[in-house]
Formats: sequence, C-alpha cells, structure tokens
Amino acid sequence: MPVLKPGARLRSSVCDAEFAVVKAPADDVDLRCGGQPMVPVGEDPPAGLSANGFQEGSLIGKRYTDDAATVEVLCTKAGTSSLSLGDEALVLKDAKPLPSSD
Amino acid sequence: MLLQMAADGAGERIALGSRSGGLTLAELGLRSQRAGTIFAGRNGERVAMIDLNSEAVPIALFGAALANKAFVPINYRLTDEQLRDLVRRTAPATVIVGEGIAERLGDIEGIELVTRKELLDLVDDAGIELADPYACDPDAIAVLLYTSGTTGEPKAAVLRHRNLASYVISSVEFAGAGEDEAAITSVPPYHIAGISSVLSSTYAGRRVVHLEAFDPQLWVESVRAEAVTHAMVVPTMLNRILDVIEDDGGGLPSLRALSYGGGPMPVAVIERAIALLPDVGFVNAYGLTETSSTIALLGPDDHREAFASDDPAVRGRLGSVGRPLPSVEVTIRDAAGEPLPAGERGEIWVSGEQVSGEYLGRDGGLADGWFQTRDAGHLDDAGFLYVHGRLDDVIVRGGENLSPGEIESVLVEHPAVDSAAVVGVPDEEWGEKVVAAVVTLPGSEVTEEELRDFVRARLRSTKTPERIEIRGELPFNETGKLLRRVLRDELAATFG
Repeated sequence: MPVLKPGARLRSSVCDAEFAVVKAPADDVDLRCGGQPMVPVGEDPPAGLSANGFQEGSLIGKRYTDDAATVEVLCTKAGTSSLSLGDEALVLKDAKPLPSSD
Repeated sequence: MLLQMAADGAGERIALGSRSGGLTLAELGLRSQRAGTIFAGRNGERVAMIDLNSEAVPIALFGAALANKAFVPINYRLTDEQLRDLVRRTAPATVIVGEGIAERLGDIEGIELVTRKELLDLVDDAGIELADPYACDPDAIAVLLYTSGTTGEPKAAVLRHRNLASYVISSVEFAGAGEDEAAITSVPPYHIAGISSVLSSTYAGRRVVHLEAFDPQLWVESVRAEAVTHAMVVPTMLNRILDVIEDDGGGLPSLRALSYGGGPMPVAVIERAIALLPDVGFVNAYGLTETSSTIALLGPDDHREAFASDDPAVRGRLGSVGRPLPSVEVTIRDAAGEPLPAGERGEIWVSGEQVSGEYLGRDGGLADGWFQTRDAGHLDDAGFLYVHGRLDDVIVRGGENLSPGEIESVLVEHPAVDSAAVVGVPDEEWGEKVVAAVVTLPGSEVTEEELRDFVRARLRSTKTPERIEIRGELPFNETGKLLRRVLRDELAATFG
C-alpha cells in the first residue's frame, strides 16, 4: 500500500481508467480501482488481475472522494471500473459549479 | 495534464478563434506538444513571452509546461530599460516576441529570441516530435509573474503546477461549458487573469476569442460578431465598455456572464452596468497573483439580490467581493496575527492549495499554510468579504489609521466627480495628512471647498482631505491599477 502524493498519477490494473491524486493523507492508503490495487502511470499492472466488484465506471474530469474526505482523486481518463478505499466505495465529489470568474 | 484531458475528453470542440476555422482542443494539444519539444531543445530554464494576446499565448504556456520550463510573460508596455532589466533577470531563456520587441531588446546574454510568427509556423509542422503530454512535475514552477510593482521593484511571484492545477480543478467543472459558449480574453497575458483565463477556458472546453489588446469599441464589436457569452474585465475597462453601449444602444445580446476584478470597482459603475445589461450575470472576483487568481467571488444571484434590496446591509454587498471559494479559507487578523471577529477590519489572510505566496529568490512565503495578502479588509456576519485596499496605503494621521478607500467612495458619490484617489503625504504635525485628487465628469464643475464639505458631512473631520486637487486624470497602469506611489509623490510636491 503506497503513500500517495498530490499530483501523483495512477492507473487502474483492470480497465483504462487513469487518475491524478488531488489530496491524500500522509500515511498509507489502500486505494483500489475495480477492487484491485492500482499502479503508477507508466508501469504495467500485474498480469492476470481481473476486476473484483466496483464496476460503476469512472468519468473523466470528475473528482472522487471518501466519506471522511481523506482522499480526493481526479479522473484523467475514463474507465469501466470505479474506485474504493479498501472495501469502501469512493463517491463523486458533489461540487456545486461556481460561476466563471475568468 | 489539464490540456491533455481537454483534448481527450472534448477534442473536437473549438478552443481558439472563430467558430469556423478556429483551432480545436485536439489541435491545440498537438501544437502545444510540438512547442514542448521545441522549447525543450532550446537554451535556458524558462520560456518568456513579450507580446500581445493571440493563440500563441496558450501554445507557449502549455508548451513551456511540457518542456518542464517556467513560463514568464512580461509586460510589453514597460519602458525599454525596464524591459531589458526584467529580461536580464529571466536569462537564460527563450523569449517569444511580438512585433517591434526584438529591436527594443537588442542583444542580451543568454537570451534567444523567437518571433510569434516563427513559433506558430514551427508548431504547425507535423514533422516535429510530440512531447509527453503528462511531462510536468507538480512541484515545478509553472509560471513566473512579475508583480506590477506599484509599490516598489517588481517581484517575481512563483506559481507551481500544483497551485494552478488545484485552482482550476477545484473551481472549474471539466468540459462544463456549453458547446455554444465563448469567452473573450482582453486582459494581457502578463496578468494573472490572462493566465487563469487560458487554463479555465481550456479545462471547461470553452472557446476563446483573443483580443490583441483592449480597446472598448473593438471589444464590443468582437463580442457581438463572435457571439461571446463570457468575459472578464478590470474596472476601468467596464466603464469604457458601458460608454460604448450606452452611445450606440446596441447592447450585448449574446453576453451571459461578465466577471470583473483586478482592482476596486466603484459601486456606481456596477450599478450602471446592471441597469444597462439586465440580462448579464455579473461576477466580482477577488484574487491576487500570489493566490493563482480568484479566492472569493460575488456571483450573479448575489448581485441581483443586492441590487433589488432595500436593506442597506444586503445592498452594500455590491461593494463586497463575495464569499471565499469552498477550496480556500479566509480570515481577518490584526497586526499581531490574531484572528478578528466578523465586522472588524484587519489584514486578509488566505490559505489553500492554490495559494503560493512565494517570490523568486526571497524568503517568506507561507506561515503555517497562510498567506498574508497585505490587503486590508473585513468579513460581515454572513461571510461576505470586503476589501479596503492595500495595507501599505493606509494613512496614519496622528496615530489614527484611515482607509483611503472609504474616503474615495464618498468622494465619487458627489454628482460632479468621475473618479477620486486619496493618499497620505508627510506632515510635520500629524505624521501624515490626508490629501485627494479628483477628476470631474465632463461638463461638471465643483470647488475644493464644496468637496471637503461633502466629505465632512458624511465622514468625520479627521477623514476629510485637507487639500483636494481637481485634475484632468489620475495615474493608472494599463490594467487599471492606480499608481498610488506616483500620485503620492505628485501630491506631496504640490501640498507637502
């Protein structure tokens, strides 16, 4: 279970989804996609993994967070699987759009 | 990364230029990747730009990021000497120059020049390799912006990728713009609003129409011709735009959202704007270069509610900058750094991921994550933030702190006054004394004594300027910021 750093980029081991870390706690986090551990973008995921639940899909440009808001990630490439922290599914961060100021 | 997401997620949308024949987001992505390769192969750690607005600005901004070099837009309106000085400070670097700039710079060690046209031709060449669109390090410097230096030597404010990305990701909905939306950029590229406009529009998938430099007539014509829906202006621009549409009566039928910021907006101007453009949603944005642009905003609903209200507290919100963004925290503190309750005036402190507060080659930065803005302000009970100008501009008269903004807003309420500025000049008896400069409206006349009586009737006598000069104009820089230091020197010479 890696320590995540804001700005770090991760990919799903079981679908096309990619993410960037927006906010992370200082200690280890068990962030998964499709129920499987994720790998840094640029590395190949372990062969033979298949999704273990969490098939809600991830949408590009959406932010996902846990109930306690300890972790926040931005989906940078869409995929068929969805995120979880251990067994707890992450939820779409419900941000009311702000009026454009620039 | 932001650009690549936009190119992946909404690549067929027009990013820059007119609806027919503009560049799509995918095309902007490819050109920026080629620019990344070109910049990476060149001299220096920085890519500077001294030019008007054009499609070369986003290409250079994104290209520099992909080459892992800092983008340094420089003000082309500086004197030749100031310009050469800043370029020397930026060396070694590649400098993209607009027309006539190369001649003004001459030869500077460590500086390699590329004209805008050369850059645009180069990035059009499909033979150039594409840089990795995800190359940038979040901790690396994305942009160096020289502050306007209205109070001293320009400082280079450092904005890192993580600051800017955090601002955009937390304040803009990805591909959230409607297909028909278009923004007009007329703020110069060396202003933080010019940078944030490129980033926000790209991420939102909103088409951008560039105006090389601001001209009120051209601005109004472009908004009408290009069916522009969104725009950002500084206060002086807004007043001049209103003059044009009032004269020709043509309105701005396509415009839905107009945001303003970059300096204090007189309430009278915004009231005039709401009356002339009743269908436009106004947004007042407050932010600093050091905070990656906007940290608080007063949205369209706030404007309408305030404009329609008889309650002075609600009506008064037109003079506020709204509420802090959800992703930043704002507190008001006293000189010792202790938080102050709602209603009390102090210094505005801000914290959040988008806040940098860092200057190149200087100590300081954030204290426990908090940036001291050096702006005076207060929060009201409902959490609306009011800004009272720069702390350094506060006039200390006989131990009493006087805010120029408060006195200025009374002066501009006088029917003969167009604009006013209040400063402190040295005084043997009081340390500083309050003096003012006033520009009257065309065809109006008023005497110094009448104006002093007008202020004295509304504020107390210690806040009444001892002398008021009636003048033809006030010294502003080109982004509408009052050059207080210049005015103070001039008034000290007259009244000192």
